[in-house]
Amino acid sequence: MTEANAQQGSPASRETAPLTPVLTRRWLSPESWTLSTYEQLEGYTALRTALRADPDQLVELVKSAGLRGRGGAGFPAGVKWGFMPKEPSKPHYLVINADEGEPGTCKDVPLMMADPHSLIEGCIIASYAMRANHCMIYVRGEALHCVRRLHHAVREAYDAGYLGTNVLGSGFDLDIVVHAGAGAYICGEETALLDSLEGKRGQPRLKPPFPAQAGLYSCPTTVNNVETIASVPYIVNGGSDWFRAMGREKSPGPKIYSISGHVENPGQYEAPLGTTLRELLELAGGMKDGIPLKFWTPGGSSTPLFTADHLDVPLDFEGATEAGSMLGTTALMIFNETVSVPWAVMKWTQFYEHESCGKCTPCREGCFWLAQVLERMVDGRGTEEDIDTLLDVCDNILGRSFCALGDGAVSPITSGIKYFREEFLALCDRNEGARGTQDERDDKAGEHGRSQAGDPALAGAAR
Amino acid sequence: MTEQFDFTTTSESVVHPRVDTSVFDEDVRADAKRIVDRYPESRSALLPLLHLVQSVQGHVTAEGMEFCAEQLALSTAEVSAVATFYTMYKRKPCGQHLVSVCTNTLCAALGGDAIYRGLSEHLGVGHEETAGTPGEQGSITLEHAECLAACDLGPVLQVNYEYYDKQTSQSAQELVEALQRGEKPAPSRGAPLTDFRSAERQLAGFFDEPAGSGAGDGQPGTADSGARQAVHGPSAAPETLQGARLAHENGWTAPAMPDNAELPPLPEKK
Ligand SMILES: Cc1cc2nc3c(=O)[nH]c(=O)nc-3n(C[C@H](O)[C@H](O)[C@H](O)COP(=O)(O)O)c2cc1C
Ligand code: SF4
Ligand code: FES
Repeated sequence: MTEANAQQGSPASRETAPLTPVLTRRWLSPESWTLSTYEQLEGYTALRTALRADPDQLVELVKSAGLRGRGGAGFPAGVKWGFMPKEPSKPHYLVINADEGEPGTCKDVPLMMADPHSLIEGCIIASYAMRANHCMIYVRGEALHCVRRLHHAVREAYDAGYLGTNVLGSGFDLDIVVHAGAGAYICGEETALLDSLEGKRGQPRLKPPFPAQAGLYSCPTTVNNVETIASVPYIVNGGSDWFRAMGREKSPGPKIYSISGHVENPGQYEAPLGTTLRELLELAGGMKDGIPLKFWTPGGSSTPLFTADHLDVPLDFEGATEAGSMLGTTALMIFNETVSVPWAVMKWTQFYEHESCGKCTPCREGCFWLAQVLERMVDGRGTEEDIDTLLDVCDNILGRSFCALGDGAVSPITSGIKYFREEFLALCDRNEGARGTQDERDDKAGEHGRSQAGDPALAGAAR
Repeated sequence: MTEQFDFTTTSESVVHPRVDTSVFDEDVRADAKRIVDRYPESRSALLPLLHLVQSVQGHVTAEGMEFCAEQLALSTAEVSAVATFYTMYKRKPCGQHLVSVCTNTLCAALGGDAIYRGLSEHLGVGHEETAGTPGEQGSITLEHAECLAACDLGPVLQVNYEYYDKQTSQSAQELVEALQRGEKPAPSRGAPLTDFRSAERQLAGFFDEPAGSGAGDGQPGTADSGARQAVHGPSAAPETLQGARLAHENGWTAPAMPDNAELPPLPEKK
């Protein structure tokens, strides 16, 4: 695996290969989740290097590598680590956000199943860098197999002396607790996660104070995503220049792109940041059955929709933002022409309505009204004014909500109307039969399984 | 949302005799203590304790909340405020198996809605309702779930939080019929199927009993134990490995790492 692959003639015409497996490199190995496989494949070598260094050197390393948070917001990880006090007066905590719940996002779960030790090694290095002796991995409850694999890996790591007191004779102590959540999307928001971890309802906290000042148990805390922390051992081993050889200036490194929906070969594709959907689609075998692309999300349902006009947008933090969306979690949900935009938007809105934690009025009430209006429209009982009402309610949520869930909730609606307004209008014109018949959809579901089954779309699809 | 619970006091750490928690025997109390001991502050144990309660009773009962309150010196009101917030805590007795169908947009567009409707018709129940007598063999609680972080494998469903990938209406119905007959078809990804209560015990952080025994006696797993089998249950679907395999076939790799990558110098102290 050491052969450099410069000039692969990749469609990206960058200097790296089209796919750059780093985090996913061990996934093909037998029993990749065990300590013995991990150790055979350079596992825990970065830890030895890290423990010989000064913690602040590691913070500098992650800063200079330019590693940005993989949980959605893209905040530079090294900068965040630098906010932690240098002289501990209270215990420090590292909390891993493994609550993966953003619709479309499916990268952390396979990572934790396939290579839990890479996350654990990252946790140990990051904890050492931030002078934390406690690390909690908050795993989404529904991801039971991840909980199981992590639990097993943590036990192996204790037995091998990578965890516990005096890690590898360095004098550094670390305990890791694997903690299962209980089903609430909002607990992925970092301050809600901390409340949940304290045994409370998972509702966001007011910031400031930021977690680095007062996080878990009011102590200095850093919350990082699974993929962020799992990247750290590679950065220690490869150095910042190596990491920066992939991706783009402001968004360096490899990234796991999760491709789902109407493509021939959905799955996890680890490519340099800045790869485009056109390139990724080619890798994924193109659109399923050749049915054209209609809309897609660059990073989960909270990131505004893109269309076939955005195939060449570089999918990194800057590129996605400049094109009017966000990189989010690089969860590429791909929908073909058979799917109705208003229907999809309604489904997502129902999700946000269900997951709104109820703490603030714009989101709690707004999501409820948005869902009502959209359900009515999709049912063929909408009017043109409904479109204005939707936009008006969105306007009252965006930027006025307590946390980013509210902002995310309006993304599908405003972008859906922006690019597909005529489809919403078409719904208003027909006041009946907008739903297609149940039997048609069920028949399809039986036949094609995953292809175009069960298709929602019939409502007003612009074919 | 709390009206289904019967609690009578809000004062701190009052152990009121009206709710009998004796269903939680000595073993369960020992487990509860082990959970509390994991955390720097005891209240963090509440979520796993509620999972433990469900492993004993199949849902969160008034006794269960009282039990948690006792362990953590909280009021039952504080416990019920938490229990009602999270969807994985069931407020009605759950079946032997919990079947959760993803009906979020992506899966729904691929057939998830039809799968859910089909199962709902077949079982004659709606969301969070149980076909059969809760707890008895072959009883099934149905729910629709939000995105289960397996979209590349959609439409997906879970039984007791183990993944069944790439379902169709037909495969889902066959699966549920098998469950009703008392069979336990293997998941696509996850441990050999047990039941809802055993899964809840694992969510409380106990992986030490043979899967399926449901005994919860805290015996460490031996080499061939169910616990071992469970850990090694399948995980990598072809989709999961799609990118890694494609890279391997084409000889695509990340740039080579230098032999001795240097760490940056220590930043100057301000
Ligand atoms: C509603 C909501 C849900 C979120 N869910 C997740 C999640 O499941 N996983 C995650 O890592 N970050 C999630 N985030 C982002 C976190 O708040 C936080 O930014 C992230 O964990 C920081 O880690 P990073 O800097 O390593 O990305 C969510 C944010 C919001 C507002
Ligand atoms: S925006 Fe929504 S989820 Fe966030 S605090 Fe307000 S009600 Fe809760
Ligand atoms: S939408 Fe069903 S698993 Fe993500």
